[in-house]
Amino acid sequence: MTELKTVGEVVLAQLSGDLDHHSARLMRLEIDRAIADARPRRLIIDFSAVTFMDSSGIGLIMGRYKLMHEQGGEVIVARPPAYIKKVLRLAGVDRLAPITDSLEGLIPEVKEVDKIEQTTPQTT
Amino acid sequence: MSRRPLRPLNEMTVSFPAKSENERFARLAVSGFLSQLDPTIDELSDIRTAVSEAVTNAIVHGYRDFTGDVLLQVRIFEEGRISIKVQDKGCGMADIEQAMTPLYTTSPEEERAGLGFTIMENFMEKVRVKSRPAKGTTVVLERTIKGKRRL
Repeated sequence: MTELKTVGEVVLAQLSGDLDHHSARLMRLEIDRAIADARPRRLIIDFSAVTFMDSSGIGLIMGRYKLMHEQGGEVIVARPPAYIKKVLRLAGVDRLAPITDSLEGLIPEVKEVDKIEQTTPQTT
Repeated sequence: MSRRPLRPLNEMTVSFPAKSENERFARLAVSGFLSQLDPTIDELSDIRTAVSEAVTNAIVHGYRDFTGDVLLQVRIFEEGRISIKVQDKGCGMADIEQAMTPLYTTSPEEERAGLGFTIMENFMEKVRVKSRPAKGTTVVLERTIKGKRRL
């Protein structure tokens, strides 16, 4: 499963379930559609709900890295569980995409947008 | 040196068509069968990943031109030693060494990373590959399960 959110110039792809050769096909199709639509500067792939990943996940990350790199953007691999980290480390993914344990500061805060909207009427 | 004449304490064999939907089934079948050894989460996760790579190779590469069945056999020996055989009767490989080279892949368009054998070798203790063009490929993965009880 892939859940996609676009916030400003950031696309957040939250993957869930098993990521293997079978499921990777649909996941990458959906992510690529979001990238084509939003033309983001940053793609965050959130692995926190991924229950299994083999080298198909590495292929998925490398493919998205290429896409984002071509348009001057970056890929961030977020919140991988320990068993996924082991595969990422073995593949040397950190040389292409930073791996982070938190989403903090990576997505423009929706709250800040609210704040601006709220404070604007007061100042005008 | 002759090979140890080992008889498995337990074993199971399943065979399924080379459909990608069955990659998950193969992992579950292996996990389910090995649960009798009470493996740790880490052990099981390593084994599932290695099996997934071998089965995916059979489906993507072995049966690239025509389809057929994948045979999966798991054997349990003394002292938690296990052996997992993944066999296809697909196209086979002329150059096993090249196929096992990290990052080498014949399917870049499918976004295969070329890391299948690297993962198998790192997550298992021993990987044996037999292959003959037009005959098929057999991969045997071996390791020991220490399990929770023995820790």
